[in-house]
Amino acid sequence: MSRTLPLTIFVLLAALLAFGLRNADTKTQLPSPLIGKAVPAFRLPALFEPQRMVAPDDFLGEPYLVNFWASWCVTCRVEHPVIEQLARSGRVKIIGLNFRDAPEDAKAWLQRFGDPYDLHISDLDGRVSIDFGVYAAPESFLVDPSGRIVFKHLGALTPDIVANEILARVDAMRAKDS
Amino acid sequence: MKRLALLLWLLLAWPLAAQEPLVFDSADQQARFEQLTRELRCLVCQNQSLSDSDAPLAHDLREEILAMLRAGHSDEEIKRFLVDRYGDFVLYRPPVKGNTLLLWLTPLLLLAAGAAVVGFNIRRRGALLTGEDGDSAS
Repeated sequence: MSRTLPLTIFVLLAALLAFGLRNADTKTQLPSPLIGKAVPAFRLPALFEPQRMVAPDDFLGEPYLVNFWASWCVTCRVEHPVIEQLARSGRVKIIGLNFRDAPEDAKAWLQRFGDPYDLHISDLDGRVSIDFGVYAAPESFLVDPSGRIVFKHLGALTPDIVANEILARVDAMRAKDS
Repeated sequence: MKRLALLLWLLLAWPLAAQEPLVFDSADQQARFEQLTRELRCLVCQNQSLSDSDAPLAHDLREEILAMLRAGHSDEEIKRFLVDRYGDFVLYRPPVKGNTLLLWLTPLLLLAAGAAVVGFNIRRRGALLTGEDGDSAS
């Protein structure tokens, strides 16, 4: 027993470390305490119509995706084609929430990379992003027709996540409504 | 030459000029602020506290915490505010509940396991020294 003990400990440790390495990418992604809760209240100006104020109640009745993004966020560029594809499918409304950013920079970014969003909201000082528990960029929240957050993704959206997590849930919501 | 050297040393403090110092209403408020920001994790640089981190989010949260202290909120309320938004991970001392029980108990369990192994070895060596049939080494 004492001869194989070091080997056993080594194997267990190796397994533990391998497990840790496999999960290294997602280790810093924290589960959101907002899942299942009502979307945080806010009243923010629309990016392209600053005199128009937007609030979550405006979107009740259908599911929508809130995508937190900024012009300084490099990963947002990586995610952009996936958002474009989702927008083209027309299956869910996509609202861009531009945070900790200057409106001119945001508009220039959209001009340069394209604008597939249904609506743009400005959270200049990032105060609303704190209410959403946003600590990285991009972050996306899927909200159901009654205004409850049902899914959150931290980091760039991928076709897999869109298909398996977002659209799957949207379809389920639509099926429940009909 | 010495003055130039002194000037160069002083310039090392330049980065501090970029951060506006926070103004506190009282020493007690400052103490509470420092205690709180040391106990809360920066989620951007997850190995730093809110007190240490330079991340924009940490800066914003420090301002938010100060605003809440000024408005008369208790330490518990401030921690609750952050936990509601970011989860238990933002606290350096997570609450003891179901899913953190293992986190809290593992050091104790490992200590107990280590003590058991040591105790077992001591007994085994004791048995070997006195010999199986009671004869001591001669």
